[in-house]
Amino acid sequence: MAQLDEMLDQDAALPLRADLEEHLRECEHCEITLNTTRKTIQIYRSHELYELPDDLRQRLHKAILAKCRKC
Amino acid sequence: MSAAAQILKPFMSSPIQTQGTPEIHPDVLLVERARQGDMAAFEKLVRQYDRQVFRIANHIVQNREDAEDVVQDAFLKAYEKLNQFQGNSKFYTWLVRIAVNEALMRLRKRRTGRMVSIDEDVETDEGSMPRDLADWSPDPEAMYGQSEMADILRRTIQGLPPGFRVVFVLRDVEGLSTEETAETLGLSIPAVKSRLLRARLQLRERLSRYFKRREPNQAQVGAN
Repeated sequence: MAQLDEMLDQDAALPLRADLEEHLRECEHCEITLNTTRKTIQIYRSHELYELPDDLRQRLHKAILAKCRKC
Repeated sequence: MSAAAQILKPFMSSPIQTQGTPEIHPDVLLVERARQGDMAAFEKLVRQYDRQVFRIANHIVQNREDAEDVVQDAFLKAYEKLNQFQGNSKFYTWLVRIAVNEALMRLRKRRTGRMVSIDEDVETDEGSMPRDLADWSPDPEAMYGQSEMADILRRTIQGLPPGFRVVFVLRDVEGLSTEETAETLGLSIPAVKSRLLRARLQLRERLSRYFKRREPNQAQVGAN
């Protein structure tokens, strides 16, 4: 699994990468795991789960700067 | 070295020589101006990073009001400690470290004093092969509306222990490097890698129940 993780981060050195790619061609289990884990990361990256609305943003800025000025 | 570069020398990590002039990150100049009392410079730093700090805080405390407090406290603390910023790391990772600590403290308060740390509920064994082998639909995002999808993603990540969640958020959502994540959380690089792997596998497995490929007869049932 740690080696598959290196594939996800593209950290695997070339000879290892070639071995892993060959393994993936023959192992459906690992191929599905790698692809769906990649998709997991991609989905989390592409969805903004906690947006900061403009009105709240302005309120926070005011509060932060007011507190900092008192320092 | 110019006078400005001489003044800024302590803030520059691995300065890159460009035609004899060290390259200075714009944040370093803003920090320097803020340290001299320029509030507009500090406001610029706030505007630059408030969204990220708010996101990270929300992921840790899982409560909007607490996340708002964390954003305020983190920037205030950063302002108070500007003199301690040595420039060995990026201003952003330094700020995130402050925000993560504030968020964990806030979580602890909410849990009536029980200690909460990034080590909580963290198993250190290597990731094992996942149980759920089902392949996903080719386009899982098309299976749900935007807000339903956001709910699924929030619920799923909230189920992770804080020590996994924060590593996944910093590394995979916010895009910090493994080294920056380790530095921000005070963890070793192997610990970050191990937690990241566990977090990714757990999220993948939990999301499988929503995204797995439906058999044609199941899709038919869903459509009726």
